Amino acid sequence: MPPPAPADDAGDRPLVLLSQTPLPHFAAALEGRYRLVLAADADAATAAEARVLLVAGLNKVPAELLDRLPALELVTAVPVGVDHVDLAACRRRGIAVTNAGPAFAADSADYAVGLVVAVLRRVAAADAYVRRGRWATDGDYPLTTKVSGKRVGIVGLGRIGSMVARRLAAFGCAVSYNSRSPKPSAPYKFFPSVLDLAADSDVVVLSCALTEETRRIVNREVMEALGKDGVLVNVGRGGLVDEPELVRCLREGVIGGAGLDVYENEPDVPPELFAMDNVVLSDHRAVFTPESFRGVLDLVAGNIDAFFAGRPLISPVTL
Amino acid sequence: MESLGVLLLHPMDAYLEQELARRCRLLRFCWDAPPDRRDAFLRAHAGSVRAVVTGGVAGAGAALIDALPRLEIVACFSVGFDRVDLARCRERGVRVTNTPGVLTDDVADLAVGLAIAVLRRIPQADGYVRAGQWKAKGDFTLTTRFSGKRVGIIGLGRIGLAIARRVEAFGCPVSYYQRTKRDYPNYTFFPTVVELAATSDVLVVACSLNEQSRRIVSREVIDALGPGGVLVNIGRGGHVDEPELVAALAEGRLGGAGLDVFEDEPEVPEALVALDNVVLAPHMGSGTRETRRAMADVVLGNLEAHVSGKPLLTPVV
Repeated sequence: MPPPAPADDAGDRPLVLLSQTPLPHFAAALEGRYRLVLAADADAATAAEARVLLVAGLNKVPAELLDRLPALELVTAVPVGVDHVDLAACRRRGIAVTNAGPAFAADSADYAVGLVVAVLRRVAAADAYVRRGRWATDGDYPLTTKVSGKRVGIVGLGRIGSMVARRLAAFGCAVSYNSRSPKPSAPYKFFPSVLDLAADSDVVVLSCALTEETRRIVNREVMEALGKDGVLVNVGRGGLVDEPELVRCLREGVIGGAGLDVYENEPDVPPELFAMDNVVLSDHRAVFTPESFRGVLDLVAGNIDAFFAGRPLISPVTL
Repeated sequence: MESLGVLLLHPMDAYLEQELARRCRLLRFCWDAPPDRRDAFLRAHAGSVRAVVTGGVAGAGAALIDALPRLEIVACFSVGFDRVDLARCRERGVRVTNTPGVLTDDVADLAVGLAIAVLRRIPQADGYVRAGQWKAKGDFTLTTRFSGKRVGIIGLGRIGLAIARRVEAFGCPVSYYQRTKRDYPNYTFFPTVVELAATSDVLVVACSLNEQSRRIVSREVIDALGPGGVLVNIGRGGHVDEPELVAALAEGRLGGAGLDVFEDEPEVPEALVALDNVVLAPHMGSGTRETRRAMADVVLGNLEAHVSGKPLLTPVV
């Protein structure tokens, strides 16, 4: 995908550097409003001038890149997660960071719920069963387990986590959560550790940010606590889970199933998972809806416009 | 109940069968045998069969009922009883029971699960990843958001209401059609299915199958639902004009479908198998260990009540 052509006339359009080439959906809409230049292609003058960096995907944004931009004041990210941005460097330099969290939340929550039902009720496996003609030859699909009434533990009760909670509560699930600190307004039981949460849950849903504290927060101990009938659903980041251990736990029946939208090293997915019926896999598409993309554009443009106008940012990330 | 001769029409549940064998005089019907052997079996045992236990798809037709002169009760291991000849049962004074309530949650869970799965293409994504295509091709697919979609429900009974409660949590506005309008402050009533379909993004069939509702999802309804619309059927295959549905899906006149039931189970139209905009399920709406156990207990409870002369738990007739 070629980068957007540099504008002939800088005109009134503010300069926005890009960390990587954006998806076509975004490029077209943003080009009309801003003068977009790929950071890697920026000449010295442009780099010295740039006040805004648009993080247009999941490519890393390390301190080295940020250090080449002495005038940088705002990093505005398209993805929900900003774990690939050197936030410590931003904090040191007083650079504000925004993400597109609010735009993506509903879709992420919907997909998480879709995965919970798909794993527990084997929706994907049963669909394959029917398409292969096995209903006629082998009879009814084996019995699965009820979704209603399951104890669901949500890791991270932010925007996405609270939407997951509301949806699964409507399915009659008993919802509890773990997060950095309890949320007094949340009508769910709080667990101070992911381990305790897992021990008291039939399903664990990961919807928290990836940070130094949460890296590989789901390890063997947590999975043993979740148990042989337990199900793990991850719509957060692959890095939240010890992936080789997850594969072992699934293979050994230490846990009962998993719904995964994210992996440690996308698009590599451990091939042992491909043969498992108790696993539902997806290609990091939880937030890939036209509605999200429209919302993200509005939010990204909204944050950039607010910045240039000296107004408060719409979706700042606390550093 | 030890003297009750029970004819189990076909294998349906291990626990149910085990309890019937333990607590009654169980006879297992030769369901798969050729017609003359089946008739001979019925003739041989006609004198001892006082109860029939059957499933939703098998039902109990007039021929079977007529072959069993001592029949007192037909206990369905299902909530649907459209394949039981109720008129014949009434004539003969035969009681009929089903299993409502205990399967409501499961069916509602699957209905919403299918709706999300169709709109977000969950099985297709799973297949894409398993086939190594994410790594090989890495193209991304946009699928439409589920939250906020307008959901139209045909039949706001136990299951329809359970579906409504779930989708409300996704911010979905709920409308419905049924024979009688009720007073639901949050749900919009439509007097015809076509009008309901015209204002819905997701149309869910959640009513019972009878003469009025047979093929209630007609060509006209499918056209009204349209290329942006999705049909979810957790009712009966007979609710839908299936050839019309298949054609509409294949031609893109209907956006998608999540189907748990078909006109001629376990046969599924070949054309559906090739489509990306459908999710197919092998009639597993109530297919969880917990619910089938609860359903079995309702069947057994109804038989117990019958032999003790107590009111039946869940009578249909």
